[in-house]
Amino acid sequence: MGSTKKPPASSKPTIQELDEVVIRFAGDSGDGMQLVGAQFTATAAAVGNDISTLPDFPAEIRAPAGTLAGVSGFQVRFSNHEIHTPGDVLNALVAMNPAALQANVKDLEPGGILVLNTDAFTTDELDRAGYHANPLLDGSLKRFRLVAIPMNKLNRDAVSQFKLSPREADRCRNFFALGLVYWLFERPLEPSLRWIRDRFSKNPAMVEANTRTLMAGYQHCESAKLMRVHYRVAKAEIPAGRYRKITGTEALALGLVTAGRLSGLPLVFACHPMTPASDVMQQMVEMKRHGVRMIQAEDELAALSMAIGASFGGTLGVTATSGPGMSLMSEGIGLAVMSELPCVVINIQRGGPSTGLPTRSEQADLFQALVGRHGEAPLPVLAPAHPSECFALALEAVRLATRYMTPVILLSDVYLANGAEPWKIPEVGELPDMEVVFAASGKGVFLPYRRDEHLARPWAAPGTPGLEHRIGGLETERETGHVSYDAENHEAMIRERADKIARIAEEIPPLQVHGADDADLLVLGWGSTYGAIFSAVKRCQAQGLSVACAHLRHLSPLPKNTGEILARHRRLLVPELNSGQLAWLIRAVFVRDLETLNKVQGKPFLISEVEAKIHAMLRA
Amino acid sequence: MSSGTQLPVLTADDFASDQEVRWCPGCGDFSILGTLKKVMAGAGVAREKFVFVSGIGCAGRFPYYLDTYGFHGIHGRAAAIATGLKIANPDLSVWVVMGDGDALASGASHLIHALRRNVDIKILLINNEVHGLTKGQSSPTSRPGTRTRSHPEGTFETPLRPLSVALAAEATFVARSIDVDVEHLGQVLTRAAQHKGAALVEIYQNCKIFNDGVFDYATDRAVKADNVVYLEHGRPLLFGKDRNQGIRLTGLDPEVVTLGGGIPMDDLLIHDERVESIALPFLLSRFVWPDFPECLGVLRAVERASFERLLLEDIAQLQQSAPLPLDKLLAGDESWVVV
Repeated sequence: MGSTKKPPASSKPTIQELDEVVIRFAGDSGDGMQLVGAQFTATAAAVGNDISTLPDFPAEIRAPAGTLAGVSGFQVRFSNHEIHTPGDVLNALVAMNPAALQANVKDLEPGGILVLNTDAFTTDELDRAGYHANPLLDGSLKRFRLVAIPMNKLNRDAVSQFKLSPREADRCRNFFALGLVYWLFERPLEPSLRWIRDRFSKNPAMVEANTRTLMAGYQHCESAKLMRVHYRVAKAEIPAGRYRKITGTEALALGLVTAGRLSGLPLVFACHPMTPASDVMQQMVEMKRHGVRMIQAEDELAALSMAIGASFGGTLGVTATSGPGMSLMSEGIGLAVMSELPCVVINIQRGGPSTGLPTRSEQADLFQALVGRHGEAPLPVLAPAHPSECFALALEAVRLATRYMTPVILLSDVYLANGAEPWKIPEVGELPDMEVVFAASGKGVFLPYRRDEHLARPWAAPGTPGLEHRIGGLETERETGHVSYDAENHEAMIRERADKIARIAEEIPPLQVHGADDADLLVLGWGSTYGAIFSAVKRCQAQGLSVACAHLRHLSPLPKNTGEILARHRRLLVPELNSGQLAWLIRAVFVRDLETLNKVQGKPFLISEVEAKIHAMLRA
Repeated sequence: MSSGTQLPVLTADDFASDQEVRWCPGCGDFSILGTLKKVMAGAGVAREKFVFVSGIGCAGRFPYYLDTYGFHGIHGRAAAIATGLKIANPDLSVWVVMGDGDALASGASHLIHALRRNVDIKILLINNEVHGLTKGQSSPTSRPGTRTRSHPEGTFETPLRPLSVALAAEATFVARSIDVDVEHLGQVLTRAAQHKGAALVEIYQNCKIFNDGVFDYATDRAVKADNVVYLEHGRPLLFGKDRNQGIRLTGLDPEVVTLGGGIPMDDLLIHDERVESIALPFLLSRFVWPDFPECLGVLRAVERASFERLLLEDIAQLQQSAPLPLDKLLAGDESWVVV
């Protein structure tokens, strides 16, 4: 017969090495996609890949099943090299139903792997997703490597022996899909098996069922020979040390608790539930076992007022909110500025104005943080650049608040809060000095507004004999803190409060440039756009373009060398996920020309978007 | 021999600050301030443990006039600020002073939540039925027909009854007194100070400038005995110049009756400040002159664990015997080593 040889039936599929993969899990918001995404991430981190994630979920807890509005997604990029974003284009997509396919297929590269749950492609579901023809049959998916699997059936078969209700059985389906993807990317099952055992320790049937279906998904791929190849992404070359996977929210909570430990201050965390800041609250609930005094306040007015009261009482008051909650706090932040009390206000920025896009990311609260109060009320504003940096900046927020006796605003956003990456755990000895000194009794007349070398007033905790004093929101006389309506005193106090904040610039780290000091173009960013900007600039540098980038962590005050750095570059580009707020500030403060790149879609920048703008500027 | 800390003997003067008191001449706040200082002196609490928190309005100035720790906050938020403070340091004796506008307009939400949580703070709700410091607009307690700068033809809104609000908010201590009746006010404030939990004391206060005489029916020596009833635990609700009038309950309906002529003392409603249900104190909080004599004294005083105690016990239970070393805390449950 012919000379063509079929491979023997028992032959193992070949393994192909890849540098990195971007995969997205997508399904109905009740399909458990966030969970499998988080599991896949944890496993990738544990095998030593660099990782970056982008969860994306609707504001509704359960939008109508099967509709585009209800699609929930979780994107993971994992690699054998250092990465800074969750990736622009998908190499693989898992879609649990037609709506998930419809909403996500445009992001999948041609030739990408498309894993579909064929059982969900019924006439009803296709209708709900807006398909007029079944994409499984009409050839429209030919450009992808299709892995079509009847997951409902295979999952139910896998768990049939455990006497679960049909509903309970179907809830295990996400683990079937996860098992399948684990095979595809040659991942170990053990981390997820361990998680299942811990998570369902009180429900042995669910431990068994989820374990069984995870393994069934894995084995199905292997035995059904759906794929001739599977893929391997080797571990990344990253600096030696102990690592853990961490999200921005986890890093923030851990940073606050660590700051409490280092400063010796008990932490009072007062918060009113507000998407997406409620996740911070949830983390702080977990931190109660480390001594955090968590109060669920009746609203954001109360949350901040409680934090201020706690700080007056000699502990550290912290609150977190988003969107409209931040607007409600404006009044209280002014009180903290006026009474010169330390507290930390965390804003997980979401799309605005008003209720806006509660679960989507935006950088549109910079103006509000800088100047969104009546009267002149300057305060430090910080913004982490990537998820794990939330730890260091939480420490910095507490350090500045207590050293300078001021409220501090920390601007995170949805993307930073939910994004995960590996984090090199710092040595305790490397952590900053956070010592707090309270005013002590018995040194003559106590002057609550006598300033120290940082222009900070003393912090005197109620209960200390001899330091009885009154503070508040009325203008205070210098030194004594008595109420004063004196014209010159008011102007002097306005200046003192402003000076105190401005002087922080003397001791914060200088702005650093990645790339040549005198590159033609400097790309200046702040907050969560760091990954996209840094990656795009690195690519452009590799292509020989004269471009560098710098990223601001301190937005108020700006690092002392900001003007000097900007002056060294002929051109300046400021990309932001707003309509140009940092750009406005830079123009105003440094009176210079610049270009902007703005995106206000509730989504982060793609690397390619920043890259294209750099190209357009330097190649024009 | 007692091992307790020796407290210096304090007098009212020890609580006077060096600040000039700037209320209008004849303001009811003067006598409240004076009475308060006496109560504090006798409370057995060290001066540095007292903290006064206020919001905005004439009442907001109280902290400045007391030589204790004080925080003059913003409109309505005093109860929330005090909650944070009490959580920070439960050893403090935290007092909140608010006017009716502060407590029931801007701060209504914070007030009811502090009461339902039973934060161990003492709230003085100084009620003059008008926004004074903003120069005489209506407040949520202004009675219908009151002519104010915001309602020159007379208000037409239904007022809130502070004690009814407090009871509906599950307050554990609810009482009322009057600015000029300093003896009674002192007794009520002393009871409030002794209460473990949130205490709300409504104090009728005369605003000489913007709502003068609104409480004359309850302060004028010639008529007050017929217009107020002093509550005493376990005693019948008896009042009147001749002590011959009382309150009788028929079903859920109270009525004013005159003793004698077939109505014995035994028919009268007996006050019980300790009863768990709020039905009786709520009924008393609805007595409004001229249909009924208004109640003065303690309407409700029941025991319930305070917020800060529950919160700190909850944390103590969750905390391990020794705090987790910082390196272990940072490493979390799952970490790995890259070499």
